[in-house]
Amino acid sequence: MKFHIALGALIALAAATVAKADTIKVGITVSQTGPAASLGIPQRNSVALLPTEIAGQKIEYIVLDDATDATKAVANTRKLIDEDNVDVIIGPSITPAALAMVDVVGEKKVPLIVLAASARIIEPPTGAKAWVFKTPQNDSLMADAVAARMAQDGVKSIAFIGFNDSYGDGWLTEITRALAAKNIALLDTERYARTDTSVTGQVLKAISAKPDAILIAGAGSPAALPAKALVERGYKGRVYQTHGVANADFLRVGGKDVEGEILPAGPVLVADQLPANNEVKPVAQKYVSQYEAKYGAGSMATFGAHLYDAGLLLTAAIPEALKKAKPGTAEFRSALRDAMEHQTGVVMTQGVANLSPADHNGFDARARVMVTVRDGKWLLLP
Amino acid sequence: MDASILLILVQDGLVNGAIYALLALSLVLVFTVTRVLFIPQGELVAFAALTYSTLAEGHVPASIFLLAGLGATACLRGLWDARATRNKYGKILFGTLGPPAVVVPLTLWLAPRHPGLAVSALLAVATVAPMAPALYRIAFAPLASASILTLLIAAVSVRFAMVGIGLVIFGPEGTRGIGFSDAFFTVGPLTIPGQAIWIWIVTFALMLALAIFFGRTLIGRALRATAINRLGAQLVGIPAEGAGRLAFTLAGAIGAISGVLVAPLTTIYYDTGFLIGLKGFVAAIAGGLVGYPAAVIAALAVGIVESVSSFWASAYKEVIVFTAVLPVLLVRSLLGPPSEHDE
Repeated sequence: MKFHIALGALIALAAATVAKADTIKVGITVSQTGPAASLGIPQRNSVALLPTEIAGQKIEYIVLDDATDATKAVANTRKLIDEDNVDVIIGPSITPAALAMVDVVGEKKVPLIVLAASARIIEPPTGAKAWVFKTPQNDSLMADAVAARMAQDGVKSIAFIGFNDSYGDGWLTEITRALAAKNIALLDTERYARTDTSVTGQVLKAISAKPDAILIAGAGSPAALPAKALVERGYKGRVYQTHGVANADFLRVGGKDVEGEILPAGPVLVADQLPANNEVKPVAQKYVSQYEAKYGAGSMATFGAHLYDAGLLLTAAIPEALKKAKPGTAEFRSALRDAMEHQTGVVMTQGVANLSPADHNGFDARARVMVTVRDGKWLLLP
Repeated sequence: MDASILLILVQDGLVNGAIYALLALSLVLVFTVTRVLFIPQGELVAFAALTYSTLAEGHVPASIFLLAGLGATACLRGLWDARATRNKYGKILFGTLGPPAVVVPLTLWLAPRHPGLAVSALLAVATVAPMAPALYRIAFAPLASASILTLLIAAVSVRFAMVGIGLVIFGPEGTRGIGFSDAFFTVGPLTIPGQAIWIWIVTFALMLALAIFFGRTLIGRALRATAINRLGAQLVGIPAEGAGRLAFTLAGAIGAISGVLVAPLTTIYYDTGFLIGLKGFVAAIAGGLVGYPAAVIAALAVGIVESVSSFWASAYKEVIVFTAVLPVLLVRSLLGPPSEHDE
């Protein structure tokens, strides 16, 4: 009897070892709850669209929720590395959590693909940050696009109304630089919180500075609040938004008051309107159709596409890493990092990435388009 | 800043201040009667706003199932506590399962028929207001004799539970309700939106009703007696638990009405309630947690300070609002007599 138990245990152990060798483990930590849940939920939903097999290796996904809390994100990272022995981590959804996780993945030498936007997460790619990659476009890329569009529209001066958090800070820094390059004056800077019930004061101050245009730097539907207040107070000038608003809820809450506003966005937002020769178009359309087939028409948000892009980066890099080492080993993790760093011409839903040891994002101008709101829908601007 | 901008800011501040005043009133009411700092009050506001917007769009709000769940839990709790006496079963069943038994089928039947704003508003209040007494039965009545600190911790845990449930039933994205009135009235440099006038009228009517209730009715006086001296009130035959339940019912109703009023002003999220509640709380504290008129004046002041500081220094708006309570507390502690409250 004892012999049978021992034999059974031995077989189970052997099976486990075999399974371990055959499976690549991907840990995912996103903000499924808390203030950034509107980013984290489409990201979690997109996990179902990730490949289950790459180069003959089964992929296992372990999804955790960090509740938009940097401390929890770090705890999740340690759990994924120490208990689940993952080969690579995807996440988190927001910049503060990503900055907190960098040191942990650097210490444990596990590659990390971040879904938050700030360039500070990956720059400079040395030390711990050598292990960190990022699929969303850098803020600077988007800010340059907005400033260029403003110059093209004949705007000479603007006022800024932004979130009172790292998103607003990041945009203020980047747009100040981009505006200076285009000789556009920044007349007034106002801040508000996502949970504010009124922005009348900020809007009045911004209007009284008499700018040619106003830039609202907010994410998701809270960015509709200043837009509505501007209309209420009779502001007639141009309004620009940032790529953080690119989801259906912004259009739903903003209604007719956000009509005509202009923003930069990833091409996936207007996948169907892209010209036929655009290399991003088929990939973006595939993601949108798969996502909407699963979660309903009009449910796609660009935030989920960043996680799908992380899957595409892994699909490109894993075959190379497999040639060098077995999954589940330190050598494999290191080989995967090296392989990701040298991927070029990876076509993703948000653009074409050319990664290098100096650039762990790799996007160029193909990763952004300018769109406007017309008749309650996104419209690609030429 | 010229006079017209100042006027607009003051008007805006008075609109928000009216909402804070309603919250401050309900916080003071619950605290004086039961010694509970009812932190989840803000969540009730947000839930009512979201329920109203969902109904107005013709969908069934999932909050009715929350009400059913809370009612059922409160019923089990009540029956368990009454198992020795057995004579109150009917009353407990009616009190806990009655509201969901009416609201749930009515909402399921009405919601797909686009019930209109007035019916949506009434249904939203009927859905959210009974949550407060159910929460009292579940979380606070069993701790009635515990210290203020224990009750505070219970209130904080209830808030966390409510926020989590809110995310599940309403989702992460916000909604902006449809206003009762799209009209604008121009008075000199001011454009007053119809919704603002609605808020002022309803707030004033509620305060008047409360004043009559506490001043003229037997039940209202019983509540005041409990607030002034719980033990004395019990000695003359006022049941402490019944008084607590009534206080929570009133607070729930006020919270739900404020939610419906605030829904068209801004986008409400499942977690918006906390900051609104906190500002009501600042006003309640500035009023010393005992005085109704003081709390109302403080709430209007909070609204105006918030509005003016959003013009001058928008990045520090919350800092200014919450720091403003410090000098008030300092003056109160220097001038006021030592607290006579228990503990």
